[in-house]
Amino acid sequence: MRFVLDAEQRLFGETLDKLLTEAAPFGVARDWAAGRHEPGLALWRSLAGAGVLALAVPESAGGAGPLPVELVTAFHELGRHGVPGPYAETVATAVLLGRLPGGSPASAWLPAIADGTAVVSLALPPAVPYALDADVAGLVLTVDGQELRAAVPGEARTSLDPARRLFAVTPGEVIAEEAAAAAAEGYDMGALVCAAQLVGLGRRLLEVSVDHVRTRRQFGRPIGEFQAVRHHLANALVGLEYARPLVHGAALSYGTPDFARDVSAAKVSAAEAAYAAARIALQVHGAIGYTDEYDPSLLIRKARALHSAWGSPAAHRARVMSALA
Amino acid sequence: MDLDLSAAESFRAEVRHWLRAHVPATPLPSLETGEGFAAHRAWERELHAARLSVVSWPEEYGGRNATPLEWLVFEEEYYAAGAPGRVGQNGVNLLAPTLFRYGTPEQLARVLPPMASGEVIWAQAWSEPGAGSDLASLRATATRADGGWLLNGQKTWSSRAAFADRGFGPFRSDPEAERHRGLTYLMFPLDAPGVTRRPIGRIDGKPAFAELFFDDVFVPDRDVIGDPGEGWRVAMSTTGNERGLTLRSPGRFLAAADRLVELWRERGDASDTALRDRVADAWIRARAYRLKGFETISRTDDIGAESSVNKVFWSELDVALHETALDLLGPDGELAGEWLEGYVFSLAGPIYAGTNEIQRDVIAERVLGLPRAGR
Ligand SMILES: Cc1cc2nc3c(=O)[nH]c(=O)nc-3n(C[C@H](O)[C@H](O)[C@H](O)COP(=O)(O)OP(=O)(O)OC[C@H]3O[C@@H](n4cnc5c(N)ncnc54)[C@H](O)[C@@H]3O)c2cc1C
Repeated sequence: MRFVLDAEQRLFGETLDKLLTEAAPFGVARDWAAGRHEPGLALWRSLAGAGVLALAVPESAGGAGPLPVELVTAFHELGRHGVPGPYAETVATAVLLGRLPGGSPASAWLPAIADGTAVVSLALPPAVPYALDADVAGLVLTVDGQELRAAVPGEARTSLDPARRLFAVTPGEVIAEEAAAAAAEGYDMGALVCAAQLVGLGRRLLEVSVDHVRTRRQFGRPIGEFQAVRHHLANALVGLEYARPLVHGAALSYGTPDFARDVSAAKVSAAEAAYAAARIALQVHGAIGYTDEYDPSLLIRKARALHSAWGSPAAHRARVMSALA
Repeated sequence: MDLDLSAAESFRAEVRHWLRAHVPATPLPSLETGEGFAAHRAWERELHAARLSVVSWPEEYGGRNATPLEWLVFEEEYYAAGAPGRVGQNGVNLLAPTLFRYGTPEQLARVLPPMASGEVIWAQAWSEPGAGSDLASLRATATRADGGWLLNGQKTWSSRAAFADRGFGPFRSDPEAERHRGLTYLMFPLDAPGVTRRPIGRIDGKPAFAELFFDDVFVPDRDVIGDPGEGWRVAMSTTGNERGLTLRSPGRFLAAADRLVELWRERGDASDTALRDRVADAWIRARAYRLKGFETISRTDDIGAESSVNKVFWSELDVALHETALDLLGPDGELAGEWLEGYVFSLAGPIYAGTNEIQRDVIAERVLGLPRAGR
């Protein structure tokens, strides 16, 4: 078993990092927030071209997956760069559709997910009550008991993270019966990639904060010389360093009976570590971190939003304990 | 590197089998007492006879060349079985790695086998009344004498030194030199003429550590580790072990977390979700420490200062886990017993092996690359 990435997986992460750096995703996120979706959709297509979405789609349907370790590698980068869009929702849907019993007509969407032509969103109440970016999605689904249904988006809701456009949904036409087990697996994968995204964005906030405290001077020296500041950042690192192995470990337990429990453990610590990193980033930046225009503040906001998306820490702790006790 | 967990499974089975047959049915008296120390020494002898006392060492010194993975597995089984605390731990974890790196073949052959069997138990003598976090300010001296060195001055907080056989640590051999130079790393007998030990009761009264006074204590040249004057570098090679995985292996926390979950099952109030969440967190963090351990041994590079990240993590986990247990026990939490013993022990974790404040400074400077602060 590999507890570290192999050379190919590392290269995959580096390739995505490069692609995303060139795409200037903070600007893309601001456009997305303002309803200008084209740059974000172009980025969607190039990430699909790099193979990201195919990782969630079964081979039989034109994909390469599900490959959870590669998925968390990719989502770590999506998190680091604050990429907007319903990526976790699309991945969760791909896993769900790939697991539907028998040949459901909805499975016809899978090849389009893999090649990036379909943007999909999903609501899985109660943990995922809103469909993210339903206005740009070609397919919006929800699950109602055993039934997988088309979802009819209602009004857009405003999130703390301006790039997260959330839509309440009402269940519509039935698409498949006996979908609860497939939906549970989709949920687990969505929570796992969300955890990876959180660790990535926490990492980025730590990097940005380290850069800031090395250059910002007060009292005649870099503020990074002040121990209170240094220790905040050391604490952020400790949290993130121990969240990452849980995310990787959960990816490794895909396909075993422990997967749901391990995903929950990963989501709890990723959420807590990323949120702590966000609070610390805000604190060590001072007022600039509290502004709308400072790009990393997009990540600070996203950390809070994702903290409770795909299952709150309380819900995931409860799942861990029901698996154990 | 790929870790083939199944490769260690037959070793796991052997260890589990042996422990099941040998772990004392009733816990030994606390190893922080004279009586407990002797009982734990006898236990080390038994482990050694089964070649299980120092599994990762080479065979010639009493080990069995276990891989790092096998060592992790050994530790998991050891603590899961509720086996006794390791009375020889400071020698095995803090002196042996230094000897493997800096010792002469003669020193290895002479020192390691009796350490492996528990016949000679070692105490770490670094701290002094005036030199705690600022270890480099230490003042106990080693002066040149015919064929060796004479030690003078005082060390303190030396764990189990009241009962141990020998000690090791840095002494100032060149008072003129810059403070990180001029130190020499030495081994000495605790019952040598000129050594006075005074036990110190720890917070629960048990004589867990001791002060040591040196009055012209003779140490032969063969008991110097590394070159004279290189004591700082020799000492620092130990701190990686002290802060890294070896001192506190994942198995310890996994076993404690499993017992905590069991305690929750027995005594938890299902409506107390706040407490339930803390139990979950302890279990999650123990799992994180385990997975991180696998990651660490899979790496081919030296983890270096990242061991400080480790030290902060396990020491805080240990306190939180035991606090949760005491909270679960409610009014029984204050009563003497295994949970309380574990709690008292955990409270020292953020202090020894370099306080967590010092570790955070190390992380800031050497892992995150922040500017050096005036320390
Ligand atoms: C149970 C136990 C077992 C021990 N066993 C041994 C042993 O076997 N051998 C041995 O040699 N020693 C041992 N020690 C001693 C241990 O190594 C020291 O306690 C430790 O290094 C701290 O030194 P100090 O106690 O003098 O505290 P101090 O250094 O005085 O520190 C007091 C407080 O000040 C803080 N502080 C100090 N400097 C800084 C700074 N630059 N920045 C921020 N905060 C700072 C510390 O973090 C701490 O909170 C043991 C200690 C305990 C509690």
